[in-house]
Amino acid sequence: MKIRYFAWMKRTVGVPEEEVTPPEGTETVGDLVAWLRSRSPGHAEALAEGAAFGAAVDQRTATFDVKLAGAREVAFFPPFTGG
Amino acid sequence: MTVRVQEAEFDVGAELARLTDGNKRIGGLAVFVGLVREMHVREGYHRDRVDALTLEHYPGMTETALQEIEAEANRRWPLEATLIVHRYGRMEPGERIVLVAVGSPHREAAFEACEFLVDWLKTKAPFWKLEDTPKGEQWVGAHQEDDAAAARWEKK
Repeated sequence: MKIRYFAWMKRTVGVPEEEVTPPEGTETVGDLVAWLRSRSPGHAEALAEGAAFGAAVDQRTATFDVKLAGAREVAFFPPFTGG
Repeated sequence: MTVRVQEAEFDVGAELARLTDGNKRIGGLAVFVGLVREMHVREGYHRDRVDALTLEHYPGMTETALQEIEAEANRRWPLEATLIVHRYGRMEPGERIVLVAVGSPHREAAFEACEFLVDWLKTKAPFWKLEDTPKGEQWVGAHQEDDAAAARWEKK
C-alpha cells in the first residue's frame, strides 16, 4: 500500500510517500503506525506516541481503530490549518 | 454548489456575479474572504512577521472534504447557492487565500451557513500552512479557538 506524509511529517520522515508491505497481522491504522515506527528514526519521531497527527484511509479521515482491509492509500498529517 | 481548489488568484467580484447570475430567488449573499496576514500571534503575545505563506493540501481528499462540508450546509439551511474557492501554494501578505459565499432567500441562513462553512473548513479540510518568517520557516499549529468554533456546530 502507499503511505503518504504531509506538512512537517514529510520532512521528519524524509519522504513524501512510500510503497510498503506491512507484515501479516497489521489490521488497523494503529497497527500500521506501530510497524512504521520501526522503519527509521525519522518514522519513529514523526509517528511517536503522543505526537499530534491524524490519519486518512483512502482519503477519508480515520481513527486508529479503523481496519485497513484492502486500503490502497494511508496518509498521516498534522492537524489541519486551512482557511 | 461549487468547490474549487486552485493555485491561481481569484476575482471576488467575478466569482460572486457568476454565483448569483440567473438565480432570482437569492435575496442575500454572505461572503467571507480570508487573507494572508503580515504577522502571526503565537500564544497570545508573541508576534512574528510573516513574509509569505505556503499552503499545502491533500489533492483529492481536499475536494471531497470541502464538498461534504458544503453538502452539510445545504442540509442545514435553505440555500440557493454556495461557493468555496481555496488556494494552495505560496502567497504573500494581502493575498486572498479563501472565498466562501452563500446565497439564500433570507440573510439569516446566509450569514449562519457562511460562518459554519468557514469554521468547518478550517478544521475538516486537509490544508497546512507554512509561514516564511525572519526566523525561518514555521508550520502553523492548530488553534484551540478554531476547534471550539467548529465544535459549536456539531449536532448534540
